[in-house]
Amino acid sequence: MFESLSDRFDGILGRLRSKGRLGEADVAEAMREIRLALLEADVHFNVVKRFIDRTQARCLEAEVTDSLTPGQQVVKVVHEELTAILGGESLQLSYAQTPPTVVLMAGLQGSGKTTSSAKLARWYKSQGRNPLLVGADLQRPAAVEQLQTLGGQIDVPVFSVPGSPVATTKAGLAEAQRSGRDVLIVDTAGRLTVDRDLMDEIAAISDAVDPDYTFLVVDAMTGQDAVNTAEAFHATLELDGVVLTKLDGDSRGGAALSVKEVVGTPIAFASTGEKLDDFDQFHPDRMAERILGMGDVLTLIEKAEEVFEEEAAAAAAQRLLEGTFTLDDFVDQLRQVRQMGDLSNIMSMMPGVPKEMREADIDEREIDRAEAIVLSMTPEERIKPDVIEGSRRARIANGSGTTLAQVGNLLKQFKEMRKMMKGMAGTGTKAKVRKDRGKKSKKGKKGPGRAGGSRVQPKETQQVPKLDLEGLDLTLPGR
Amino acid sequence: MNATLLIVFLVVMLSLALLPWANRSWQAGRGRSSDHHAEEAKRVTPDSHQKNSKSGRDPSTESLVPLTSFSVQEKLSKARGFMSERLGKIRHGSVEGSTWDNLEELLILADVGVDATMDTVDRLRATSQAMEITDGPQLLEALKKQMKSDLAINRQLAHRAELGKTPVWLFVGVNGVGKTTSIGKMGCRLRDQGLGVLMAAGDTFRAAAAEQLAAWADRCGADFVRGSAGADPSSVIYDAIQAAASRELDIVLADTAGRLHNKVNLMDELAKVRRVADRDPGQVSEVLLVIDATTGQNGLSQAREFAETVAVTGVVLTKLDGSAKGGIVFAIERELGLPVKLVGLGEGDGDLVDFDPDLFVEALFGDE
Repeated sequence: MFESLSDRFDGILGRLRSKGRLGEADVAEAMREIRLALLEADVHFNVVKRFIDRTQARCLEAEVTDSLTPGQQVVKVVHEELTAILGGESLQLSYAQTPPTVVLMAGLQGSGKTTSSAKLARWYKSQGRNPLLVGADLQRPAAVEQLQTLGGQIDVPVFSVPGSPVATTKAGLAEAQRSGRDVLIVDTAGRLTVDRDLMDEIAAISDAVDPDYTFLVVDAMTGQDAVNTAEAFHATLELDGVVLTKLDGDSRGGAALSVKEVVGTPIAFASTGEKLDDFDQFHPDRMAERILGMGDVLTLIEKAEEVFEEEAAAAAAQRLLEGTFTLDDFVDQLRQVRQMGDLSNIMSMMPGVPKEMREADIDEREIDRAEAIVLSMTPEERIKPDVIEGSRRARIANGSGTTLAQVGNLLKQFKEMRKMMKGMAGTGTKAKVRKDRGKKSKKGKKGPGRAGGSRVQPKETQQVPKLDLEGLDLTLPGR
Repeated sequence: MNATLLIVFLVVMLSLALLPWANRSWQAGRGRSSDHHAEEAKRVTPDSHQKNSKSGRDPSTESLVPLTSFSVQEKLSKARGFMSERLGKIRHGSVEGSTWDNLEELLILADVGVDATMDTVDRLRATSQAMEITDGPQLLEALKKQMKSDLAINRQLAHRAELGKTPVWLFVGVNGVGKTTSIGKMGCRLRDQGLGVLMAAGDTFRAAAAEQLAAWADRCGADFVRGSAGADPSSVIYDAIQAAASRELDIVLADTAGRLHNKVNLMDELAKVRRVADRDPGQVSEVLLVIDATTGQNGLSQAREFAETVAVTGVVLTKLDGSAKGGIVFAIERELGLPVKLVGLGEGDGDLVDFDPDLFVEALFGDE
């Protein structure tokens, strides 16, 4: 998500960065390009205009132009303004004093309300809450069945009675109070903002249960209309936040940038995949960093924390450093990494990863194949891949349904990677080793064949994405 | 192989390298999401439906149910707020520098896109110089005329297949654009014309998608074939086509699961669906890409990918009764030559009509 926007920014700001002096013309040229990039990303016209005006004015201030590194200063200004547009701080969710906390989901048809309701329920569950889902979409055929199926998958009850959405919602609230559920999530029918009757209906639903949070579900692929929609819903319901869906597409997500700016409603949650756990709180500052190609290490670590088993991972990391990392470790870790979500999504969160790598097509079947190759080896071969010669190789290829070349390729890359990692583990303080390790592993992927001429230089290292892990320690969410 | 492997190695190693710095408690031993197994498609034969047999009439010569343009026009979105303000300025002024800015902004706000907007306005500028247009309303008329002529391409829907084959319409698109609803409405429309219609629930992924389509089939008396949840969509659709052929029905409308066009595996799956549906006794006569009118510039990328994967033959523009203008289809026709064939204007049976470029362009610049 946001990759193509980030690439555009990369190019535009990259040219500025290399300049020793910045004239008005340079800034104006950059702003013109940023304007086009934002419009093509579906950022609302008026938002683009304001963004450009503000940023341009700030870039021409003495503080920027007189600085020794004006290019860097411009990047900083753009970053700050982007963060401001995306909504600054993340939305802090609290809970009602007298449960249940009521959450109302609203939006256009097909924006993803039903799926998001279930994902939100799952999220609340992971926070130790007991949600109840209410199926108040009595309009679309089988909408309640869909919610029930999803509810079944995450083990959250779904309440719905045929009849009127208002009555169902009221009864749902009573049911939650009766059964001691502390969060009530109300899924409503999709409606167009021009449909007076349906807008009145959702206002009535809202009045009936007085929600603590009203979320508007917005498709990340929405164009200029996102702002009209958000304004209309805001006028009817007083929105508390936006749930942004389908962010795993290649949309540039301009809708996300516009809504907060125009309506003043922060993006609370973002949905990034078809699985029910591809859903999390939205962090505007991190997203701004991603757009500017700085990666999103915090989210990456949070995801890793969720799936990795600490001891096994620590031991594997240790072996990685010592150069005794085995193919077994590789498969174990690979499986856990895959649980973190889409590999290309994970790639996009890593700082300093060049565009070519981010854009490379990741074929999940290749990964399955790699796994199959390793699983076709004997335990001994997995620990000491050096013993694999011709006949063993043929057996492995047969066993995994691959070719000799594919097996050879995997082994070659594994060995080179392992050698390199071992080389990284130098002497020095623990912190220093860590730091090196982070950096080197990043370079490692650029060409396991150091000898091979295909090595690509990292794009820009003077930018933030140095993976400064010591600095990172301080900024970790120390909750 | 190389690129993927490299990335896998990188991700594994980098993730490991990052781990020790996480100072929060670990959630050890989290269960892995269970693989869900694709079951074999099973066929459900409709029993309650009324006999939905071959009509004997030739569908291709049949004109579609005429709809008064008035009702369509009434439903089409009206310009509001930002757009209305700019339209007013153009209408009540002479042609000057700011008029061109307003025009550009108007087109951008309708999601026509930067490139198509620039191109449109540039050509209009040439026209206005040649014709010496000086006032706003005249300029607006010239713009409408130009855009209407840009949209003049063939929009015929192919109701027929080769002799002895059953025509199949495949509905494809990203999630939540209205594929299932469009099939429902299309099915009702074809039934009203007396055709024997079979709806195939090829969306085996989304919860209750088949139930949703079943409700539509029931509503308009079409036959209906489904598979079990998670079944292979190709086999479900192929079964449906065989069923339609043996029941001598006129057409199969096949639903597919919504998928984002950048998911390689899902797009491969869709390519397979198309290949299989084209096998005897079926013949894919239309592949309709459903696009939501609220879609922004990403629509172009959707159209490009779907066209490449499944050779899209036309576009269905849904939800045009809302506040969005659907200007992205202008860019899609211009860049990819894909005609918009149908327009969705609501959730009722009769709310899927043929695309009318004149009405569309008028609505683009229509006030409330």
